[in-house]
Amino acid sequence: MITTGRIVRLAERDRADVHFLLDGERRSALAGDTVLTAMLAAGHALRSSEFGPELRAGFCLMGACQDCWVWQEEGSRLRACSTSVAEGMRLRTTPPESWP
Amino acid sequence: MSGTSSPRIVIVGAGPAGIRAAATLVAAGLHPVVIDEGHRAGGQIYRRPPDGFVRTPNQLYGSEAAKASALHALFDQLAREGRLTHCARSSVIAAHDGRLYVLGEGGVKVIGYDRLVLATGASDRVAPVPGWQSAGVYSLGAAQIALKAQGVALGRRIVLIGSGPLLTLVGAQLIKAGADVAAVLDTSSWRRQMRGFSGLAARPTVALRGLALRARLGARYHAGVALEQIEADASGVTAMRWRDAGGRQRLTPCDMVGIGWHLRAETHLADLTGCAFAYDEQWRQWLPKTDAMGRAGNGVYLAGDGARLLGADGAEIAGRLAAAACLADLGRSAPPIQADLRNLARLERFARGLARAFPWPAEMVRTLPDDAIVCRCENVAAGAVREGADFGGGEANRVKSLSRAGMGRCQGRYCQLAAVEIVAAQAGCASREVGRFRGQAPVRPAPVAAFLRED
Repeated sequence: MITTGRIVRLAERDRADVHFLLDGERRSALAGDTVLTAMLAAGHALRSSEFGPELRAGFCLMGACQDCWVWQEEGSRLRACSTSVAEGMRLRTTPPESWP
Repeated sequence: MSGTSSPRIVIVGAGPAGIRAAATLVAAGLHPVVIDEGHRAGGQIYRRPPDGFVRTPNQLYGSEAAKASALHALFDQLAREGRLTHCARSSVIAAHDGRLYVLGEGGVKVIGYDRLVLATGASDRVAPVPGWQSAGVYSLGAAQIALKAQGVALGRRIVLIGSGPLLTLVGAQLIKAGADVAAVLDTSSWRRQMRGFSGLAARPTVALRGLALRARLGARYHAGVALEQIEADASGVTAMRWRDAGGRQRLTPCDMVGIGWHLRAETHLADLTGCAFAYDEQWRQWLPKTDAMGRAGNGVYLAGDGARLLGADGAEIAGRLAAAACLADLGRSAPPIQADLRNLARLERFARGLARAFPWPAEMVRTLPDDAIVCRCENVAAGAVREGADFGGGEANRVKSLSRAGMGRCQGRYCQLAAVEIVAAQAGCASREVGRFRGQAPVRPAPVAAFLRED
């Protein structure tokens, strides 16, 4: 059972901090992180599957599998493996309440 | 396309093949447009980290550092001097009638072409293993990208499964970077691997380098394994269950599994531009048909792993050849090609040796349990694919519409070879007779807003 971040930083640790909100909680990442890296350094999944009980955490990291689309508070989605995390991003592992 | 107006040439992909094609065209006085999904040119194999990262090319690319640096420098110089147009972070999502529909940050724009060079590369060829839909299962390529472009391991305790050169390479790279690799499980037996030997002798240095990397895996490496189940709990992967070559059951606790059997050519755009395809029995996949230079007809040229899986060195050569073919067809003087053609033939002997040594696990896929997921996008299980074959017969696209395997967001990139294998087994025919999933636009998901902004 993973209780902290899924990923392990092995190199390039000397970068500026970037802050973002993950499911309403303030988290920090490093400048140059993708959204996928930032979210999985803070937690163990990106989203839940629409078609099964399991969580998803990305798969190909090269923009081909489309497993890592995540929600933002403002209602739009982004592909976490190919988007850089930015200061103040408000990310969600579940759809916003307004989503039908 | 007369001699008076300059022809519009578009290259899709800025990896080794796309960069060499661009440089060859620029050297002939043309100004190509290069469309690429990456932030910076280099492709996946020579992918560059974001600004502010400090590891050297040697640390990032090992024995291939000089090649990577040369390609990066060449492309950056051509872009800086304005001798090509670089559309970075842009995806070609559709192609029709000499026009490409390109999704970038400002929405979808249309780019017309007279000649098109497709250098779209490849992605991991994956086969389903029960439990592979769980969080913490990644392609081998993903593990490598995470390390190269982000400096991270995708788990605290890692098991790598599959077969092929990337299995050994990724394992060695992760260990060197300090990751905890618990096991590297190869479905190809030692005996099977020896069968590729005659082909591998075509590139003795590369073959020896592979053996040296393999040695670094030590006792973690197991050949001839059977993969049974990726165990998971609510948070994701917890263990890999497998049998060793002697048939003993083993359970290796882990929180990440990397999976892959060599590569699958990325062919969606070749399909949409009307290229003909042929089934390759050795690479066990459908590949676009071209001549030795990469000519596919209709003004389309293919280069690199998107056409033939020869790796980065082969992609550089194929990029030059495709550009030379394009120049010859435009009636312009083209660079000499004989040495490149000879070298490409040698690389192909090697690549076919690899295909024999590290085969696609056809039997494992054909005997997948009914409840195992085949299509990760929509969780379509093997049983549903078999029902589709019973109802619709042994034809790939009929089973696709009946079962929805291949209709999810990845558009069949990661399930279609397995789905076709299962359909063939169920219908009692060869994989090639089942056909292949047709490519459909858009080949990447595109938000409606991206189209509304146009005009």
